[in-house]
Amino acid sequence: MKRKWSRWSLAAGALALSATAFAQTPAQTPPTPEMISFACAGCHGTNGGSAGLLMPSLASQSKESIVDAMKKFQSGERTSTIMGRLAKGFTEADFEAMGEFFSKQKFHATNQKLDKAKVKKGAELQEANCSRCHLEDGKEGKDDTPVMASQWLPYLQMQMEMYLTGERKMPEQMAEKVKPLSREELDALLHFYASVK
Amino acid sequence: MTLDRRNFIKLLGGASGLALAGHAAAQGKAPAVSAGSAAEIMPKGSARRVVVIGGGYGGTIAAKYLRMLDKSIEVVLIERNKEFVSCPFSNFYIAGLMPDMKALTIKYDKLAANHGIKMLHADATAIDAAAKMVVTSQGRLAYDRLIVSPGIDFMTDEIEGYDARTPEIFPHAWKAGPQSALLRKQLQAMKDGGTVVIGVPLMPFRCPPGPYERACLISSYLKKHKPKSKLIMLDANPDVVSKKGLFTKAWNSYYKDIFTYVGGQITKVDTKAKIVVADNFDDYEVAVANVIPPQRAGNIAVAAGLTDDKKRWCPVDAISFESTIHKDIHVLGDATLLPSDGGAMPKSGYSANSQAKVCAINIVALMNDKPTTELSAINACYSAVSETESVSVSHVFKVVNGKIKITASAVSPADFSIAKTEKAYGESWLKNVLTEMST
Repeated sequence: MKRKWSRWSLAAGALALSATAFAQTPAQTPPTPEMISFACAGCHGTNGGSAGLLMPSLASQSKESIVDAMKKFQSGERTSTIMGRLAKGFTEADFEAMGEFFSKQKFHATNQKLDKAKVKKGAELQEANCSRCHLEDGKEGKDDTPVMASQWLPYLQMQMEMYLTGERKMPEQMAEKVKPLSREELDALLHFYASVK
Repeated sequence: MTLDRRNFIKLLGGASGLALAGHAAAQGKAPAVSAGSAAEIMPKGSARRVVVIGGGYGGTIAAKYLRMLDKSIEVVLIERNKEFVSCPFSNFYIAGLMPDMKALTIKYDKLAANHGIKMLHADATAIDAAAKMVVTSQGRLAYDRLIVSPGIDFMTDEIEGYDARTPEIFPHAWKAGPQSALLRKQLQAMKDGGTVVIGVPLMPFRCPPGPYERACLISSYLKKHKPKSKLIMLDANPDVVSKKGLFTKAWNSYYKDIFTYVGGQITKVDTKAKIVVADNFDDYEVAVANVIPPQRAGNIAVAAGLTDDKKRWCPVDAISFESTIHKDIHVLGDATLLPSDGGAMPKSGYSANSQAKVCAINIVALMNDKPTTELSAINACYSAVSETESVSVSHVFKVVNGKIKITASAVSPADFSIAKTEKAYGESWLKNVLTEMST
C-alpha cells in the first residue's frame, strides 16, 4: 500500500487534494522543541540530565544560555570538538526550540564524591565573588549565565582549564573575578558548584 | 558480479517457519504468516497497546519515550535476553582494554519499573499483520501498533563453507556478548607471529566505522603484546567506507609494522584448515579470523515480510518509520531503509536512538489523531584509533519533501589534535546513552 504525503499533494495543487490522502496522512507540523531536543539526549542524558562525567546537564538551563552557547558553538567563537560541527546543522530557530525545551526540564541533581573541605571553602568564595551572576548557589544564572549547580566536577574542571589556557573566552566580568584567585581556590569553587543540589 | 551476488540471498538456517516465510517473501508475496494456534498471552484490555520487539539501542528508547509522552498507552517490550550488551565500545573489550563487559551491559528492570513498561522475555518468531498479533515463544499477543527494532542478522550463503558453526571458530563479534568474548580469547591465546584477518562485508552494514576501529585496537594490542604478528584487513568495499583519512592516518603512523589493508571479499572459509579465501585470488592462512558476513535486517523482520524486494532492509517512511509494506508496523535502527536525499542515516546506535524518539513522538500523534511532526535527528559516533585517542563523525538530519537530508556532516580534524579529548567524550557518551536506555 502506498500512502501520500500531504506536502506532495499540496505541491500538486490544493484543489487536486483527495479526501483519502487527507484521511491517511494528516498535515505535518515543523519540528517541535521536543522533536529537536530529544535527539540531544544521546550525549546529554534524558531531558538533559547528564550521567557522563564530561557532559554538561542541559536540564533547567535558561533559554538565553542555551541559545548563546549554541550560537557560539556554531560560529566557532566557542571552541568545541563535536558540538560546533553539530550546531552547523541547526538554525537559530532550532536553538530557541532547544532553549525552550531544556529550560522547562527539572533541575538535574547529581551525587558526587567531593572533598568536604573544598566544598566549604568554595561556598565562601562563591558568595563573595560569583553570586552576582551565578544566582542561587549556581542553580540559576543571570541572563545567559549557565546553571553550574550539580554539574559533574570533571566537566567543570575541564571547562575551567579551557578558560585558563584561553581556549574558551571568559566574559569580562568573570575574568576580573577569576584573575586574583589561586588554582586551589578555583578548584574549591568548582567543588562547591558540583555539590549543590 | 558482486552486486548480483548481493541480490541473491537465501535465508540462513533457523526455524522452518522462518525459512518458509522467507521463501514466500522471495517470491514477492507477503508471507502468509498466521498467528496460528499459539495461546494468547497478556490479553489486551481497553487501553491502546504498542508492542516493541527488540530491547537494543532503538527498542528501549521507543518504549521509554512512548510512555514518557503518553501514559495512557500500554507498552510491552519483547526481548529474548535478560541483559543487553552494547556493540559500541565492544572493540575495547575485544582488544583487552576493558577487564570485562560490565561497562557495556545493561539490564531492563529499572527501565521497566520507572516507566511502567511491561517486559516480555521471549523470542518473537512471527507477526500476523492482518490480525495484529505477534507470535512469541511464550504465546501470541495483540497490538494496536507494533515497533520492530530487530538489529541485524547475517547473509552467509555467499561464503562457501560457512555454516551455523563457523562463528564458533571464525567469530564475527558483530553482535556483542559471547562472540566478543570468543574473539578476545582467541587473540589472547594466539602465539606471537600469527596472522589475524578481519573480513569487512560490502556496505551497507551495521556500524560503518566499526571494522576500522577494530583494526586499530587489535593492531594496538598486537603491537604491544605480540609484535611479530600481522593483521590483514580484507575489505569487500572499493575503499574504506568511514572516516577514511583518520583511520588511514592511524594505520600509517601507529601500526605500519603490524597492519595491512587489502581489497577483497571473503568468498570461502575453511575452519578446519584455518584458511580464508578472498576474491582477490589470495588465500590466507590464519591464526585468528574475524569474518564479518554481509548483513540484512534481523530474522523477525524478514519472517514478517517487512523487507524490500532484495530481502535485505525494511522500507519505512520518514515520519513515524512506519513500514511501507505493512500498516501499523514501524521499524527502527539498523534494519531500516529510509527515503533519503543525498545520504542515508548510518546504521549506528546513535541513529537508532534518535529514530526511536521520532517514532515515539509520531506514533503518539497518530494514535491521538494529532498532526505528526517533521523529523529532526542526530548521529554521533566515536571511534578509537589507539588506546588513548578517538575520532568522531557527526550528522544532523532533517526532512525535505519526505526524504531525509543531511544538514551538517563532519569528522574530527585530521591532525588528531583533539583525539585524547574525544576519547574521554566517547566514554561519557557511552555512559549517557546506556543510562538513557536502562533508566
